[in-house]
Amino acid sequence: MAKTLFQKVWDAHAVRKLPNGQTQLFIGTHLIHEVTSPQAFGMIRDLGLKVKYPQRTFATVDHIVPTNELREPYSDPIAQEMIEALRKNTKDFGIRFFDTNTGTQGIVHMVGPEQGITQPGTTIACGDSHTATHGAFGAIAFGIGTTQVRDVLATQTLALSPLKVRRIEVNGRLAPGVYAKDVILHIIRVLGVNGGIGYAYEYAGSTFDAFTLEERMTVCNMSIEGGARCGYVNPDQKTFDYIKGRPYAPKGADWDAAVERWKSFASDPGCRYDDVVKFDAADIRPTVTWGITPGQAVFIDEKMPALESLNDADRQTAADAYQHMKLSPDTPIKGTKVDVAFLGSCTNGRISDLREAAKYLKGRKVSPSVKAIVVPGSQLTAIQAVKEGLDKVFTEAGFEWRGAGCSMCLAMNPDKLVGDQLCASSSNRNFKGRQGSQTGRTVLMSPVMVVAAAITGQVADAREVFKV
Amino acid sequence: MSLAKITLVRASAVAVPGDDIDTDRIIPARFLRCVTFDGLGEHAFRDERTGPDGKERAHPLNTPEAAAVSKAKKGVMVVGFNFGCGSSREHAPQSIWRFGFTAIVGGSFAEIFFGNSTALGVPCLSLSKDDLAELTALVQKQPGVEVTVDVEGLKVSCEGRSWKATIPAAARDGLINGKWDPIADLLGDDGAVNKTANGLAYVAGK
Repeated sequence: MAKTLFQKVWDAHAVRKLPNGQTQLFIGTHLIHEVTSPQAFGMIRDLGLKVKYPQRTFATVDHIVPTNELREPYSDPIAQEMIEALRKNTKDFGIRFFDTNTGTQGIVHMVGPEQGITQPGTTIACGDSHTATHGAFGAIAFGIGTTQVRDVLATQTLALSPLKVRRIEVNGRLAPGVYAKDVILHIIRVLGVNGGIGYAYEYAGSTFDAFTLEERMTVCNMSIEGGARCGYVNPDQKTFDYIKGRPYAPKGADWDAAVERWKSFASDPGCRYDDVVKFDAADIRPTVTWGITPGQAVFIDEKMPALESLNDADRQTAADAYQHMKLSPDTPIKGTKVDVAFLGSCTNGRISDLREAAKYLKGRKVSPSVKAIVVPGSQLTAIQAVKEGLDKVFTEAGFEWRGAGCSMCLAMNPDKLVGDQLCASSSNRNFKGRQGSQTGRTVLMSPVMVVAAAITGQVADAREVFKV
Repeated sequence: MSLAKITLVRASAVAVPGDDIDTDRIIPARFLRCVTFDGLGEHAFRDERTGPDGKERAHPLNTPEAAAVSKAKKGVMVVGFNFGCGSSREHAPQSIWRFGFTAIVGGSFAEIFFGNSTALGVPCLSLSKDDLAELTALVQKQPGVEVTVDVEGLKVSCEGRSWKATIPAAARDGLINGKWDPIADLLGDDGAVNKTANGLAYVAGK
């Protein structure tokens, strides 16, 4: 019978049916970081348990690391305590830790792919909702809570119920100035922030076929913003080419066997989906959020919605959003003053994002009224960017060049908005207070749109600013 | 591991209405700078409850009825749709539970939040839109009113009114049988786990 990738991966990892009807699912790869793991290690110790597969568990530090303070002890003693707790836990239990002094530290969802740990046909779990990022490789990757981190540490399994599969097909070529970020913001806008509850999203179609792995990661990353706990793209030659030669990639004869195996996990032609939704790439324009949920978005050349145009369910949240954002319904968002530009995060902090942003930034200057920071998602990305001279392009234009981490995506480190500053951000969430100030305001957009905003000091249409 | 059977929660209710309430609002990220969950209860909805000037503002959790829930360590929170969307932080349900709430009734729940709550033994039951509106109105009119969350019987009642409620079968089964923490089951058959692992080339190193 023809099956989806989701079903095949699920079947290959199903251990047994549990008494409550859920499946005990084997998790082949467990990624951990400093924020959601210390309590789990505490529970393991309290229960007298061991880590069952330390060799299938990989750690890094990302959420709390300062990006402008490379020496320890950090000025935030709690951050110092958290990184030291992870060092101790990984040492005590024999877990590989991509620490800050290794040149391989970074956002956990960047480290997995960079190291070749993220592979097709595997199950991946991490105590972070953006774990769906790894689905870009044809893995089934779940964000989990801390109690579940404990479950995976102790048993390498989770108790889960299967998801339905929605195929989201995007066909055709994106117009110049339109990026993977616009595609996922558009999908969420149309299907809603809770449209994916109960589903895994399979992204497909000629637009995805043409995407690089980094572009696929940008889309899969934000599946959770659409309510879907995981999202994936079927593996293809591009996937295999990306993985080949990375430290944890299979070598020699194992490589050929692995590729054959990986190919077999792709969804079969004619398989049944619980739902299919189709988009035309040509309909997608640069997209920005105007509200406090990632679904509250418009094309840059559209007006923000009038309250009367919304249905009852959306109107209250929209009214709340307009009040928080200090924006007016039925007016253009283009031209809104920007105070901060943030380029980074597990959504858009990869080398291709930095290259594309630098391409347009080169020879231009950040508006004097804007504080602009660029935070490479990982140390390897930072090293590559420096090698290509991208750091110079950014700093000469007036961006601050920072160390690797999550930074202002969620502001657990010192990178925070102040007061009601409005941030043009390449990250994934525009929730109230998300970027560290209770009254701070976030407008999500693609990296090139962030550059356009940084230069002009306002929410701008990059296609006009750069004449693309 | 012996756990309580959570078949029914009967307690004072406080309504925290609104759709798409995300986990950053439930517990802002700065409170995730910790290595234990201790003390999270007092910071539940911190930035909704305290203004930028540091002063307390009008919020359902700043009321005497909410204080009574904290004191009793028992209460029902009535919320909207897509509650708990956003990050996977277990700190969110931990903060609600440590504040004192032992059950949540809403329209729908984000999946990771729902799973995290269930693993704490906090049942999250869903009502239809109209029924939730009726319950919310009752609780807002009379904060602290007693609400009965019948996990086993799949209904929620208040002031003589009763509504049909839903919760995924596996979660209900775990709660009412005192097996809401799955660890015992997951540890139950190590041989089966090893067998699956040995069949996976990338795990077995084949």
